Amino acid sequence: MIPPVTPKSPKEDFVSAKYSTSPPPTPPSGGWGVITRYFIYDNTFDGLLTCVFDAFNRKEFPDRIVGENTQLPLFTESFTVITDETKSDRVLKALREKISRSALDMLFIDYLSESDDTTIILFRYIRKALTSEFSIEMNFADPDVLELSKIYKKVTREEERMRQFVRFQKTVDGIFFAVMNPIYNVLPLSARFFQNRFADQSWIIYDIRRKYGLYYDLHTVETVQFDHLEIAAETGKLTPEKLDDYELAFQDLWKDYLKAITIQERKNLKLQRQFMPKRFWKYLTEKN
Amino acid sequence: MNPKIFEKLKTLAEAAKYDVSCASSGTTRNNPVKNLGTAAGWGICHSFTEDGRCVSLLKIMLTNHCIYDCGYCMNRRSNDIPRSTFSVSELVELTIEFYRRNYIEGLFLSSGVVRNADYTMERMVRVAKDLRLVHKYNGYIHLKSIPGASRELITEAGLYADRLSCNIEMPSEASLRIIAPDKNYQSVYRPMHYIQQGFLQSAEDKKKYRHTPRFAPAGQSTQMIIGASPDDDNRILHLANALYQRPAMKRVYYSGYIHLNTYDTRLPALPTPPLVRENRLYQADWLMRFYQFKVDEIVDEKHPNLDLEIDPKLAWALRHPENYPVNINTADYETILRVPGIGVKSANLIISSRRFGRLTSDHLKKMGVVMKRAKYFITCNELQAFTVQEAGSEYIRRALTAPPKKKKDEEQQLIIGFEYDTPRNP
Repeated sequence: MIPPVTPKSPKEDFVSAKYSTSPPPTPPSGGWGVITRYFIYDNTFDGLLTCVFDAFNRKEFPDRIVGENTQLPLFTESFTVITDETKSDRVLKALREKISRSALDMLFIDYLSESDDTTIILFRYIRKALTSEFSIEMNFADPDVLELSKIYKKVTREEERMRQFVRFQKTVDGIFFAVMNPIYNVLPLSARFFQNRFADQSWIIYDIRRKYGLYYDLHTVETVQFDHLEIAAETGKLTPEKLDDYELAFQDLWKDYLKAITIQERKNLKLQRQFMPKRFWKYLTEKN
Repeated sequence: MNPKIFEKLKTLAEAAKYDVSCASSGTTRNNPVKNLGTAAGWGICHSFTEDGRCVSLLKIMLTNHCIYDCGYCMNRRSNDIPRSTFSVSELVELTIEFYRRNYIEGLFLSSGVVRNADYTMERMVRVAKDLRLVHKYNGYIHLKSIPGASRELITEAGLYADRLSCNIEMPSEASLRIIAPDKNYQSVYRPMHYIQQGFLQSAEDKKKYRHTPRFAPAGQSTQMIIGASPDDDNRILHLANALYQRPAMKRVYYSGYIHLNTYDTRLPALPTPPLVRENRLYQADWLMRFYQFKVDEIVDEKHPNLDLEIDPKLAWALRHPENYPVNINTADYETILRVPGIGVKSANLIISSRRFGRLTSDHLKKMGVVMKRAKYFITCNELQAFTVQEAGSEYIRRALTAPPKKKKDEEQQLIIGFEYDTPRNP
């Protein structure tokens, strides 16, 4: 059980912590003592910011932050954070004064990696950013800053892969449909790109791992969820009767084209896999 | 849909595959009126063929009929191969439908020369014009300009295309005359010059009128075949450097020669394409464009060819050991960029991080510096290491080109039953 905290004005405490000059020490990965302190949050970005607020408020800093319904190990202290928008807004406001817009964007993109390992690094980064006298965002000798920039690269890379490897199939009703299985939750990031590029056709991109998709109806992009999706599990293909008359012909043309453009004398399968990892092949028209 | 289109696509894609250029970058096209297509500042590769090359654009020929007889080319007049021609509408439909399915980033259109240069060029321009004006297509278009095409057609092409290119093919005019007797440097340089003029004119007009039409906003590129002629790397890189001095020239591509026309004795019978040499040339090209190297530092009369064993940056460092070791914590950006194993990204990270504290080799490693090479050329906030001054160039060259060590198990050595070393595969 956590000992009850003596009530204090949260505002006062938060402000004093914000202007504290000594940088907080980075705890070792296992925490300082035997007991690891867990914060439990609801997996939202606001929840994470509320964690920051509560931590400063309670003067208790977590060693791990995990989502709800996570099985905690033995010998842990835990505290459940209840997401509160006023709290998260205040942290966001304080953060805006400390770090640049692009660094803030980076935090949000890192958060989309949806991993508890990232969450605690984000927490430490925000804590350092709030308490440091000068901006820490360019200090890549700091392990947390460097790690977040690496995760940022990974997530944006995955988003780029969406742009590269999404393959639309034209359906009878003229909607272009694609299935993807990205390891990070990058669909929100690529919405604008697809909306701009394919502005005169309606399309759906469906994230099969997270079971939601984006639907563009020529005006706006909306989130959609299908209870039952009739696609071939191995290839993501729709059944032929649902496809446009010429769809299969264009798929074949594309396959033929890729075969024809290959230079056999320079064959290098390893290089191909390096650029186009096998995990993407499943839903690529040309690979099945 | 015309069933013949399958056959045509195969023939004409195969005819176009030896063009290296794949870039779909260098231009930004927004799509404010909700038509089809955008072009991002950098390109997107949509697929990769089995040879590991990216497929960004629908790279295709309008026709593979050709009146020329160039020795290196598969589509030369004297080859007995299937020939076909796309109609403008077929090609436009193919481009649009591929684009809508997110297969491609745009169109790369090349062509064999039929009748004469202008006749061919005119039909290519018509494809681009149709895409832009009739179909309101807003994606990327790369048009090849046919050697010898007139100024009027090139100017028109520039209005619809994002990038134009004219291949120089051979690194010296003498070799071009031998291998492609129908072409000469003038017929290549003249369209290049037109493109450059159009590009500059458009930039000039932009200052006066806000809505001036853009002319080939992604500039132009060109390509040379490597290994088909006796020209050395000194010649090739000096030519590339001269081309890069021109305002609109964005890329020079190097294409390792593939011995297609085996009967042609004017060309060397290479068993495999010179892929390593091609790679070294690209590395040298990058040094000139992004690492602030001058071409004379990479190759000169004394070293006319690039070292195939080690990359050109390392080669330069080993020829100039007097510039090393470099102190990571104090040296300027240009100097750090010249350390083998440190690229543009790591150099930027180093510059921005060292304001917060001294950097150690541990930091560098985490930032992505290749310490295997860099360790001989740097000092950081640590004890003096074994640098190029102590080791000497020859030692480093041998250490870095040595074949990777055999695994321990294969060594003829008595193994005592406990591990005193860290485990190899944790």
